[in-house]
Amino acid sequence: MSVDLQTVKRVARLARIAVSDEEASRMTGELNTILGFVEQLSEVDVSGVEPMTSVTPMEMRKRQDAVTDGNKAADIVANAPATEENFFLVPKVVE
Amino acid sequence: MTDLTRLTIAEARAKLRGKEFKAAEITDAYLAAIEQANPVLNAYITVTHDKARDMAKASDARLGKGEGGALEGIPLGIKDLFATEGIHTQACSHVLDGFKPRYESTVTANLWADGAVMLGKLNMDEFAMGSSNETSYYGPVINPWRRSRIETSVTPTTHHGDGGFTSPSGIKTERALDNAQLVPGGSSGGSASAVSAFLCAGATATDTGGSIRQPAAFTGTVGIKPTYGRCSRWGIAAFASSLDQAGPIARDVRDAAILLKSMASVDAKDTTSVDRPVPDYEAAIGRSIKGMKVGIPKEYRVDGMPEEIEALWQKGIAWLKEAGAEIVDISLPHTKYALPAYYIVAPAEASSNLARYDGVRYGLRVPGKDIVDMYEKTRAAGFGNEVKRRIMIGTYVLSAGYYDAYYLRAQKVRTLIKRDFENVFAAGVDVILTPATPSAAFGIADEDMASDPVKMYLNDIFTVTVNMAGLPGISVPAGLDPKGLPLGLQLIGRPFEEETLFQTADVIEQAAGTFQPQKWW
Repeated sequence: MSVDLQTVKRVARLARIAVSDEEASRMTGELNTILGFVEQLSEVDVSGVEPMTSVTPMEMRKRQDAVTDGNKAADIVANAPATEENFFLVPKVVE
Repeated sequence: MTDLTRLTIAEARAKLRGKEFKAAEITDAYLAAIEQANPVLNAYITVTHDKARDMAKASDARLGKGEGGALEGIPLGIKDLFATEGIHTQACSHVLDGFKPRYESTVTANLWADGAVMLGKLNMDEFAMGSSNETSYYGPVINPWRRSRIETSVTPTTHHGDGGFTSPSGIKTERALDNAQLVPGGSSGGSASAVSAFLCAGATATDTGGSIRQPAAFTGTVGIKPTYGRCSRWGIAAFASSLDQAGPIARDVRDAAILLKSMASVDAKDTTSVDRPVPDYEAAIGRSIKGMKVGIPKEYRVDGMPEEIEALWQKGIAWLKEAGAEIVDISLPHTKYALPAYYIVAPAEASSNLARYDGVRYGLRVPGKDIVDMYEKTRAAGFGNEVKRRIMIGTYVLSAGYYDAYYLRAQKVRTLIKRDFENVFAAGVDVILTPATPSAAFGIADEDMASDPVKMYLNDIFTVTVNMAGLPGISVPAGLDPKGLPLGLQLIGRPFEEETLFQTADVIEQAAGTFQPQKWW
């Protein structure tokens, strides 16, 4: 399988990365090189094989459903580019 | 006085406890070495002078009272992927511009609890994506090793220090150095370069497809990626969560064992952290490997592999045989599919993990006409080309209509890769010996690799299988190529049998010696 310029632009949109026409055209070549490389997986017989979900057979550890942390609003917003009273500020989303 | 930066961790530990010098002195020696070398090597992106001196002072107070942890007063470098409270943590990406976490990663917290001293944050490929440390926002790291013409002479005594390497037969090499700058490998290139150039006693690193073992091999250092689940991933910026593992890069096998003992732990904050005690890895060093079964996988003999890699492999086989191991030929039939499967699984996980960098909660923000425009512009400006490429691949293979053909198939192939290893271990093989990399270190801005991303990816051909199967793997220096560059061998073990790796790597190190670059910087 290979991708065309339109697909690359669509994927960039899905990935929320702005790309210029020139970048999209360069990426098309690079992505096709990589997709060509991974194409060899199609020759492997995977019938009846379970997909891997965890390298170590283990049950996910669960903890008590109790409050163990919190009251750190100032820490949480400390690195944000724009905040107001412990809220993250973003451009207007709803008109 | 001897140069304190030349001491191994084991040596410095003994001398600090014996009060032969102070933690403040060895810390100052490293800070001075960094100041002198870093403008050339670019291994550190931030040096934490004040914190290092404060930590050293506290170590001296504890040592003075006869107290102190396993790493008391030992100065270390920390890969920029690890969150360090109040200190630059950006995974060497522009997208995390100005990020100073309010928390400490579990691995670094473990090191500080054992008394280690932080010298600073180390350069790396952006988000650990790369095999040459050239994708860093902070520029490439330079390998302290250079190609050279070797002039060999036999001296009556074993030679240590600049321009020579210790060899049991007393052979001294003099090298006429070439000026071409080489990469240290990646993604933990800053860690490997700093350890090799004596800019820290040891360093933390991470390995998703070979990012500890490949740079270790390129710089004549020892690097171990432990079993998945051995080191907590909490506070380490995530690349591919099912593959990422932390581990140390060190000057010798013993130092790597000392560091891993402190880094590893059981951590409730990481649900994939495995609940089993951390053994005393150092105790495994010096144990006989008599009767151990060492597997040699035929699939690791790849087309176009340089002669010197094959020769090194044969040398490794001979050393282990001499030490009493039984050598057996094995087959890991799905080896060739590990790298293509990796380049589906790792980008898929990365595209999901890196979705969080959106200009809202931390790091860079580029204004846009609406929120989506802000996301797109922020991510376009914040991520470098390699990171964008992998996010795009990941987004594509997970997108509607392609999930089964790519991602699901790759995860099935991953099951087969792991089954290959399980079969040979079930047949009694204790450890597997392979080359660590298909070549020695290459030049900065190598044109072949720049024009074809897959050529760069092929660097990890021998290491990536280990991540796909979640196994422990160690890279240990085993010799120099005809151009005087270090080459490494890799040992792969059963899950949680890191001790076997240290035990066997020690045998290789005893036979091969240790390797130091000739100082030119």
